[in-house]
Amino acid sequence: MSSASDGPHRHPGEPAGRGAGARLWAYLRGQERPPGPFRPEFWRSPLRGPWLTSVFGLVLLAGLPLVAITGLISYAAYDPRLPGNDITPEKGLFGFYLFDWPTSPVWLYRVTQGVHVILGLTLVPVLLAKLWSVIPKLFAWPPTGSPAQTLERASLLLLVGGAVFEFVTGILNIQLFYVFPFSFYPAHLYGAWIFLAALAVHVAIKLPRLVTSLRSRSFRRELRTSLRDTRPEPPDPDGLVAAAPAPPTISRRGLLAFVGAGSLTVLGLSAGQTMDGPWRRTALLAPHGRYYGPGPNDFQVNKTAASVGVVAAETGPEWRLTVRGARQVRLSREQLLAMPLYTYRLPIACVEGWSTEQTWTGVRLTDLARLSGADGGAGVYVRSLQRGGVFSHVSLSAGQTTDPRSLLALRVNGADLSLDHGFPARIMVPNAPGVHNTKWVRELDFRAPP
Amino acid sequence: MRGRIGEARRRARERYGAGLWHLFALLACFLVAAYALTRVIAAGILLGFLLWFLGAVILHDFVVLPLYSAGDRALQRLPPVADRRRGPSVNYLRVPAGLSGLLLLIWFPLVLRASEHNYREATALSTAPFLGRWLLVTLVLFAGSALVYAVRRAAGGRRTGKAHR
Repeated sequence: MSSASDGPHRHPGEPAGRGAGARLWAYLRGQERPPGPFRPEFWRSPLRGPWLTSVFGLVLLAGLPLVAITGLISYAAYDPRLPGNDITPEKGLFGFYLFDWPTSPVWLYRVTQGVHVILGLTLVPVLLAKLWSVIPKLFAWPPTGSPAQTLERASLLLLVGGAVFEFVTGILNIQLFYVFPFSFYPAHLYGAWIFLAALAVHVAIKLPRLVTSLRSRSFRRELRTSLRDTRPEPPDPDGLVAAAPAPPTISRRGLLAFVGAGSLTVLGLSAGQTMDGPWRRTALLAPHGRYYGPGPNDFQVNKTAASVGVVAAETGPEWRLTVRGARQVRLSREQLLAMPLYTYRLPIACVEGWSTEQTWTGVRLTDLARLSGADGGAGVYVRSLQRGGVFSHVSLSAGQTTDPRSLLALRVNGADLSLDHGFPARIMVPNAPGVHNTKWVRELDFRAPP
Repeated sequence: MRGRIGEARRRARERYGAGLWHLFALLACFLVAAYALTRVIAAGILLGFLLWFLGAVILHDFVVLPLYSAGDRALQRLPPVADRRRGPSVNYLRVPAGLSGLLLLIWFPLVLRASEHNYREATALSTAPFLGRWLLVTLVLFAGSALVYAVRRAAGGRRTGKAHR
């Protein structure tokens, strides 16, 4: 085994009882390995090896691009090119791909953002397993050899840092655990680009190794290999295979099943928050799969009226909707209810990954535009009663405003909106991200932005 | 002429330690990362971002991984599984413990009620049920594992008590 010669060794002629300084110098010059994890025999798992790492790598290679693309799509879904919508105005070139977010199919954002969050969660155990499988390389000594190796290791810092950073910020954010000292949006977006750059170059460099490693063992045979017949992979140049392996306590198929079971457990306990009906009750460990009751307004709330300073007094009989176009119109809720009302089943799909479809009744935005002498072709700027926050206002595009299913919703499932769902009136636009379905609307401005 | 270029490339390759495409790919990666960092600076969040980015590596490589590795070794030293010839396989504990730990790692802000304030503001509900749910799932995982062990042991006993998997 080549790794046998990798172990700690003294240089001939060096006195055994050297001082700490001399030893440190020998470590630093790469003549000797520091003790502990820097020595190959420290890592004893008999399962680590290029084949195992490549299996995890392949799963991530299939899954992470989906998580990345759906994430980038989510940024486009916010229509950041419209006034007031961009939460990351300093994006620069990273906005190169932005496009007008469509209103059809209505379920698109529900699916893409559900995939982004739920698939991301599902990949957590795979990412952990992948990182576990390559941890000995973190302690490779000497830390760098050729310039190529130095640069590659620097890129691995971006890769691992980027991966863990993206997963941690995303997972904390969906639980509303805002402990990070920055706004989630720019951090998650720019962190994603660092991660993706490092991932792309890692894949480019390692793909040939991944292919040969996967071919080095038969997957089927591995699935038939029991613990008793489990042997370490043959020594590899990267030093993933243990130099002094311990006896196995789990088979390779057992480890793969363990990781797969982890993914299925996380998936099974969270996917329900993207569904309606009885399946929603399966989301036992997901932030927004909660049961509110059997009533028409009993579905997931995100942002209560109280939390954003909206009080019942402002939403009572005194409330008026201001509509600005060629002229200004003020409408009471009774006047709105007297207009032609339309009913559509539309989903609310949140950036946090949960979604729910409800039946909304309200006035078409195009009808309100016409009432004010506008045609909706300039889009609309919506203002809420909500105090502060980036989502107290939103710009909707011309396409969103003129879609006949775009409503100023007054009722849901046949009942008046509850205060927490946006009473007296809220926006409902097909396929828009949840936060763009502004609640407690006080003003619609159909005039072209200056 | 061509030979001289080829020679120069060969020498560059030797000094660098890999093909030149390797160098260019990595430089492109660092370019994108550096540009992203200028965006982070423009957003005014540089310090926190760097702290969390590097902290993420340290947290995983030097806290989370060593912790679960130590936990795994502790499981293997438990008296009932330490005797590998007679005792049950450590996996009957390792798998439910690992899955339960994974769920806690992901959902600890809900389970430990760390985000109670924000959660209540957003949803009008409390995070209180999540601890019970996590415990319930944990219980089911261990119970399921014990059941599988019991069934296998019974089946193994009938098969002349010979070695199991």
